[in-house]
This record gives sequence, structure tokens and C-alpha cells, in this order.
Amino acid sequence: MKNWPLWEVFIRSKNGLEHRHCGSLHASDATMALENARDVYTRRMEGVSIWVVPSAQITASNPENNGETFEPAIDKAYRHPTFYELPDELKHM
Amino acid sequence: MNNNLIQYIFGIADNCLILGQRLGELCGHGPSLETDIALTNISLDLLGQTRSYYQYVAQLQGGDVTEDTVAFLRVENQYLNTLLVEQPNTDFGYSIARQFLFDVFHLLLLEELQNSKDENLSAIAKKSIKEVLYHKRFSSDWIKRLGDGTDESHSRIQTAINDLWIFTDELFHQTDADKAMVSQGIGVDVTLLKTKYYKEVSEILEEATLQTPQIEYFQKGGKQGIHSEHMGYILTELQYMQRTYPNMTW
Repeated sequence: MKNWPLWEVFIRSKNGLEHRHCGSLHASDATMALENARDVYTRRMEGVSIWVVPSAQITASNPENNGETFEPAIDKAYRHPTFYELPDELKHM
Repeated sequence: MNNNLIQYIFGIADNCLILGQRLGELCGHGPSLETDIALTNISLDLLGQTRSYYQYVAQLQGGDVTEDTVAFLRVENQYLNTLLVEQPNTDFGYSIARQFLFDVFHLLLLEELQNSKDENLSAIAKKSIKEVLYHKRFSSDWIKRLGDGTDESHSRIQTAINDLWIFTDELFHQTDADKAMVSQGIGVDVTLLKTKYYKEVSEILEEATLQTPQIEYFQKGGKQGIHSEHMGYILTELQYMQRTYPNMTW
């Protein structure tokens, strides 16, 4: 069982909401990953839908490249749409 | 009349208690974190069902009887669970085989019990069915994975099935309380479940590339309160706190 691959688990807490990543687990195949996710992550009524994805299928950004990947955005506040006057009627922006 | 009803309820509920206790022993000792949590989930489902049955018994008996006294303060021959559920967790194969052989029976029983004329039993059965559907899915899945897995998993699960097979026939024995409750439309006639049970079990075993054992002689006794050597040890652990510190509460 030490050789079981790792799976990422996504749970939708309510209909209408998006699936959110909630953790990972080991399982030998997709069916077992779903069953395990049910037991490990939805025991307290956390969800109405489960997705499992092999962790190996996720391509992640390299933390070593964080400098050129993310930092150029830090001083570009003008990219946020915060410089507009909004009418009072417009809520939740 | 109430006495027959109470004995009848023990015949169902004690299976849930003792199997729940057995699975509870695996808490922290499962073969992987995920299966450990799954088995203890099943244990908690069974203990939850046990509570519903015992609360009903306490209500029928009245007086100072509570679900706790029913669970903790009986002596061995007053527990009416079948021999199957008290068999030990020899290895993961035995735990899964025991679970599978019980789950198939449990679901057939509850599907009938939900039509009971007794409203409490019918309600408990309806609530429990969803849980037991999952238990059966879990244990059947593992039977197939182990049976159709490696040479070692195949031989171990086959050994477990062979060893536990002698306890399956007792599931379909009727006690006097059973017969009385069946005649009143309260109890389930377990003799009618037998053909379906062995058909379902052998189909899943076949899918798992396992042999269905063929034997003529079966073990029995639990339903009459005559248990295997394992039962005393289970009760010693189960009852320890109440026997050592009578009336203690959390």
C-alpha cells in the first residue's frame, strides 16, 4: 500500500458552489480514491460532490521561478479595477 | 409478548454492537490511513444503529434500564449475536471477509425489516439501510480487489472466506422469539433470505475469482447465547469501565 499513487481531492460543499481542493490521499485506482475521499473528507457532511485527480497529472509552477513569475505584478496596482467611481446602486463589487 | 420483542431486538442489535466493537479494535491499526478511517466509520455506523435499538429496548423495559445498562451490564449468555461477528481480526482479509459475509445478510434483513408492523423497528431499518448499502459496497469492493489481486492477497482472502464460512448458516436460524415476531408481522423470516444470500455472495466471490466453499456442517450457538471463546474477551474490554467504576458517566 506504500506504492499507492497520490490523489488530489476536490469537494463541492453545496450545489452551485465550485469544487474546492481539500487535501490528498493514497489509493490504487480512481474508484478507490473516490471511496477513500468519501471516508476521509466527507464524514461530517462536508460535501455533495467529489472529484479526484491523480496528483501526477497536475503541472505546478516552480517555486524557484517565483521571482519572475509573480513579483512583476506587485507594483502594478493599476491592473486592479479600483480607479472607477461606482454608482451606489451597484453592490458586491 | 414484550419479552419476545426484546429478545428479537437483541438478536439484531447485538450483531451491530459486537461487530462495531471488533471494528473499533482496528482504530489506529488499519493497513493504511484511508482504510483505517473507513473501517472505523463503519464501526461508528453500527454503534449508532445499536444505540437506536437499545434505546427502544430501554423504553420497553422501563424502570432504571438505559441504553448503557443494556449495552454494558448483561452477562455473556444474554448477548444474542451470531458467532460470525465475534470472530477476530486475524488479518485484513479476515476483517473484510467477516464484514462482507455480514453486510450481504444485514442489507437483506433491513430491506425486510423496514416493512415491520413495529414502527420503531421499521424506522431504524429505513435509516440504517443507506449506511449498510455503503458497508456492503466497501466490503464487496475489497473482496474483489483482494481476490483478483496478487497471489498472496488471493490466497489470504480465500482462507478467510473458507474459515468464516461455517458461521454463515446461523444467520438464517430462527429462535423462538423470531418465530413469535414473524407471526405478528413484526419480525423478518430469515429463513426466506437464505437462497438470495448465498446466490449474491457466490456471485461476488466468483467475480473476485474466489471459490465458494462447499460444506455440510455449520457452527451455531450465538443466537442462543452460547458463544465462541472470543466473546468473553470482547466483553471484558467492552464492559471494563462500567464494571470497574459502576455508574460512571463521561
